[in-house]
Amino acid sequence: MDPLTLFRRAERHLREFYTAPYRRVFARAKRDEEDLFMMLVLSEALGVPNPASGATLELLPEMLDRMHQWHLRQGLDSSPVDGLACC
Amino acid sequence: MDAPNSVVLALIGVAMMVAGYLLYSKFLARRVYKLNAEFKTPSHAYRDGVDFVPTNKYVLWGHHFTSVAGAAPIVGPAVAVIWGWLPAFLWVVFGTIFIAGMHDLGALWASQRNKGQSIGTLSGRYIGPRGRNLFLVVVFLLLLMVVCAFGVVISDLLVAQPGAVIPVWGALIVALLVGQAIYRFRMNLLLVTALGVAALYALILVGDRYPITLPEQFLGLNPNGQWIVLLFLYAAVASLLPVWVLLQPRDYINGIQLFIGLGILYGATLIATPTIVAPAFNSNAPADTPSLIPLLFVTIACGAISGFHGTVATGTTSKQLDRETDARFVGYFGAVGEGLLALGAIIATTAGFQTLAQWEEVYDSFSSGGVPVFVEGGANIVNAGLGIPAGLSATILATMAVLFAATTMDTGVRLMRFVVQEVGELAKVKVNVVVSTAVVVVIAAALTFSQGGDGSGGMLIWPLFGTTNQLLAALTMGIITVILLRKGRPFLPVLIPMAFVLVMSLYAALVQVFGFFDDGEWLLFSLNVVILIAGTWVLIESIIAMLGARKLQKEPEDDELLTDDEKLPAS
Repeated sequence: MDPLTLFRRAERHLREFYTAPYRRVFARAKRDEEDLFMMLVLSEALGVPNPASGATLELLPEMLDRMHQWHLRQGLDSSPVDGLACC
Repeated sequence: MDAPNSVVLALIGVAMMVAGYLLYSKFLARRVYKLNAEFKTPSHAYRDGVDFVPTNKYVLWGHHFTSVAGAAPIVGPAVAVIWGWLPAFLWVVFGTIFIAGMHDLGALWASQRNKGQSIGTLSGRYIGPRGRNLFLVVVFLLLLMVVCAFGVVISDLLVAQPGAVIPVWGALIVALLVGQAIYRFRMNLLLVTALGVAALYALILVGDRYPITLPEQFLGLNPNGQWIVLLFLYAAVASLLPVWVLLQPRDYINGIQLFIGLGILYGATLIATPTIVAPAFNSNAPADTPSLIPLLFVTIACGAISGFHGTVATGTTSKQLDRETDARFVGYFGAVGEGLLALGAIIATTAGFQTLAQWEEVYDSFSSGGVPVFVEGGANIVNAGLGIPAGLSATILATMAVLFAATTMDTGVRLMRFVVQEVGELAKVKVNVVVSTAVVVVIAAALTFSQGGDGSGGMLIWPLFGTTNQLLAALTMGIITVILLRKGRPFLPVLIPMAFVLVMSLYAALVQVFGFFDDGEWLLFSLNVVILIAGTWVLIESIIAMLGARKLQKEPEDDELLTDDEKLPAS
């Protein structure tokens, strides 16, 4: 095996060794951030005035497939937004 | 008996543990756990790129080993050699082969046969609903005691080795920089690793040149007390920072350090070939030394058998196992790695001194042993073997030990915070992150200082920590036994060690409870009573669960059990 491949493989394993123990913590932090963003996107529908609603409305189709998991995580058994039934 | 050479001891110990891996773990894998390379492990079945990721077995072993090994397998043997080197040696070697290896491998197997669930969930499933609560209580006690004991260990080391002060605190800056280099500048990890390790050793050189001591008195605290306060403040802050900033790079560098440290210690022993000056059995033990049976078996917990490994094995490792057969290497050999660290500590504390008189002077009381002795003895061996000046060698070993212990401390605070928040939820009180951290730190600091303003009594807690750790191990082995009973497999290789560990730890708890009562140590007395209750509870619940499991119809084996969907293609 040539040195370069060996070097790359060592780097890859080392990176795995670095990241793996904390993957879960990162995924959770990312999810929390996305949950907050989801609330911003839906804020108008939830009764919170949102000056940027014109812009966030456009994101709605993009966010829809994450909607179900999101409202379950927030402790709501069904979709809180009228006309957006996901389950 | 003539004093043996430490190399002979090291070779015998290593050979026995390796033989344990080659022979006994093979027996366990074939006859008891029946590891099946075709079984579709949770990492494949529930692959999500986060928790469940099939991982190369050597990388996974690296994780597992560095997560379970730390300062504890150094502290235990460094205290326990007061009974002489032979009892500690035998307990570490046979404990690793027949108990720790079997336990870690078994926990890994049990979890990945149950969707990668943690030992807490498994105890709920196999022992009963009370099993889960029992588990939470034991884990909280374990974390609390380890945080207190390590606070004392670190403060002792920083006072005994003032040269380590700069590298220990400087290591935090190195870790911060490593984190930035990786996430912000996306530098090559090999390069960052080399630079990080080089920076740490440069700091050790600087620290050795400029030792730092704290003032004799400050706010009524001696230097030990001041360090303990600083350490708890550090642990609180560190546990609150986002993990990528400090904890992740610091864990990584410590992991690398562990391998370097083991290399230095065993390398120096091989070159210096020091003679063991301590007696095989210490007939001249100080008056306050408790009886060997049962205290030896709780003083050395990690390094012979440690329940904490079960939480790591079932919490993260089992979710990343690529093939079920990898469990043998990852689980059993992970325990062997920790056994080697404990063996290194035994050698450093028994062969690192010139004469028996010198050794007896160091071990003049049961509470004199510990990491500072390991550092002193180890430094003499490193000095003789590698020619590094004794002072500098001591700084290297002290820095290493402090870093291991500090990692455990802040992770412990972080984990206890979650438990406090969970308890708060049960009580319908919303506890935020800062408040829960404060609660944890105040409880832990109070326990540490309750033994005197200088924290000198913190090591009294060590055997209690060992007892709790063994109880957790017994609980895990109880679960494994129940699973084996349900499958109609041989269960004695698990049941016998479980009975031994449970009896010894309960016996030790009983001995200590009377000791604390006589000395009027009411806080430790109450803690001990809680441990005794938890231990008896483990015993009763396990027996009930085992008797119940015997009556159930046997579960089928893999050849009938697994559908094609639950199999992996042959590699």
